Amino acid sequence: MNELIQDSKVTSFVEFLPKTKLPFNNELLLKASEVLKSIDFPTTRTEAWKYTRLGRIAAIPTREQIARAGKNLSREFINANFQISNNGLTFVFENGIFRSDLSSGEFPKGATIKPLTGCTKEELATVGQSIPLENELFNSMNTVYAIDGMSIIIEDKTIIEEPIQFIHLLTGRNTVANLRNFIHIGKFAKAEIMQSFFALDAENSFANSITEINVSENAHLIVNKLQCEAEGNFHVSTEQVDQAKDATFTINTLTLDGTFVRNNLNISVNGVNATTNLNGAYILNKQQHVDNHTCVDHIAPHCNSNELYKGVIDDKATAVFNGKVFVRKDAQKINAFQSNANVLLSDFSTINSKPELEIYADDVKCSHGSTTGQLDEEAVFYLRARGISDRSARNLMVEAFIGQVLEKIENEALLKFTQEKLNKRFNWDSIVE
Amino acid sequence: MITINNLHASIDGKEILKGLNLEVKAGEVHAIMGPNGAGKSTLASVLAGREEYEITDGSVDFDGKDLLELSTEDRAREGLFLAFQYPVEIPGVSNVNFLRTALNEIREYKGEESISAKDFMAMVREKSAIVELDAKLASRSVNEGFSGGEKKRNEIFQMAMLEPKLAILDETDSGLDIDALRIVANGVNTLKSKDNATIVITHYQRLLDYIVPDFVHVLYNGRIVKSGTKELALELEEKGYDWIKAEVDAH
Repeated sequence: MNELIQDSKVTSFVEFLPKTKLPFNNELLLKASEVLKSIDFPTTRTEAWKYTRLGRIAAIPTREQIARAGKNLSREFINANFQISNNGLTFVFENGIFRSDLSSGEFPKGATIKPLTGCTKEELATVGQSIPLENELFNSMNTVYAIDGMSIIIEDKTIIEEPIQFIHLLTGRNTVANLRNFIHIGKFAKAEIMQSFFALDAENSFANSITEINVSENAHLIVNKLQCEAEGNFHVSTEQVDQAKDATFTINTLTLDGTFVRNNLNISVNGVNATTNLNGAYILNKQQHVDNHTCVDHIAPHCNSNELYKGVIDDKATAVFNGKVFVRKDAQKINAFQSNANVLLSDFSTINSKPELEIYADDVKCSHGSTTGQLDEEAVFYLRARGISDRSARNLMVEAFIGQVLEKIENEALLKFTQEKLNKRFNWDSIVE
Repeated sequence: MITINNLHASIDGKEILKGLNLEVKAGEVHAIMGPNGAGKSTLASVLAGREEYEITDGSVDFDGKDLLELSTEDRAREGLFLAFQYPVEIPGVSNVNFLRTALNEIREYKGEESISAKDFMAMVREKSAIVELDAKLASRSVNEGFSGGEKKRNEIFQMAMLEPKLAILDETDSGLDIDALRIVANGVNTLKSKDNATIVITHYQRLLDYIVPDFVHVLYNGRIVKSGTKELALELEEKGYDWIKAEVDAH
């Protein structure tokens, strides 16, 4: 048995990764290390990975990592290519390493925004408390090998008007970047955070990101997560959200590129009268694989959650949607709505959609729907009969389909950025205005 | 404008049109009537370019072009318009966005400049008034949540926007109450000119009180078996189709 563990793929995968220098709690580090010694990459026999194979990540020759951080980049280049809102609150990481030369040096009053490497042990005392480690390869790996990440603390009653932009760049070949973020929004505070992931001359590289989010009483937080890592790279990310009473939390997950993407979005709604919005759009082609696992856990009564995920899947791409909603015994008067809709554009594209509702309270309104179909050919004909080409007709309809998610996004700059990305990647015409 | 010669078309191996001949000239309005299953909607579908139908024989000349060689969108760009019997709902695609795309693709096909947003909106206002279509409907998703009458008015609104040479109205009157019928007919009459033509496919003579045809044709068993003037429609209304069937079947 010992022999087998020595030879596990995980052991050789992490062997050459630098251990974290972040002042995490010792017990946490110890526990995560133990898990890594006794675990292997999950296979499709594990329920949570039933439709998602990790072979290509496991096969990354991590000893051959070339780049760490230090790519010659200018602020102008970052602004032109990766900055979404044109403001001063931009923070850039390369392969998990903070690039102070490309980032804003200051932050608004009432906010403390800095890399975790700049935090004290006390400041990081609560990190990892709500992240499960047992049997969780990526969480444990992230804990032991976290390079850096953002700490965002918004004080009570503070309103940050400008979105805080966090840009993560993956560079180099066979790079493994473990990224750890921590967000705390104080009582009655309000903020918008944009987390975007890009690859720049990266190949066969892997980003493993965890973001712990605390939304305090009556706070408002919007997280826009944009995934644009180019073909040939891998991404696993986990958001662990704790929501207090009267808090409103919205997360928009836009997956626009990347060969392999797995999102774990876990939201624990701990207080009464909270509102939770989860919107997701994924537009896939070639051999892309995008897997969204979401979980909304209603622990307290009188809360609302709305979940809308839509996907367009072309070529040989595969998407997975697994949406869990728990309504605990005492969580009465919950309104929980979930919808997942997919359009398959080719005969070889695949979607595995699985809504899971577990309801233990008896006075709740919950619904879920999952639809998968092709474009309505009658509608395509109708558009063509008005003089629109076959391709434009299909694009119009695909855009309209995804548009129902995009219209939930309030940030105009992000919407424009997304539209341009999609136009470029899928040759859509700019029809949506 | 359009010359249909010995047109044969079938679907799933079943022949529906069995040698249909029809000629429509600019400035004319033709009505095509006939019993259920005669092939009226098939004719509309074949002319618009529905790919489910196989053309086994015959030809269609549309203003000097071989219509059957053109794709659906190119037929529209050449000036053929089909008002659908069952207009399709397209969620998320707004009426105006779609029409602007259509208009600009047609203009591009003809080598013309695309229309400016300002001119386009002015055109929407002007043309929607013709069919008394609420301006709000123009900006909503195509036909989504429209009543039956609104859908049909939207068809005529689109026709007004695209200014076709030949419009084929496929049972545009069915399901309309008398007010909606008047509005639709008035729209069609307003758009009529000496340079365009209209084919009205209908079940009911009633529509022809409002859109007065120059010619009335009876389609039966895949062919036009009788042609006349508007009086023929009245005769059909009164006597039904049995006498025509008997006449044809006797041959």
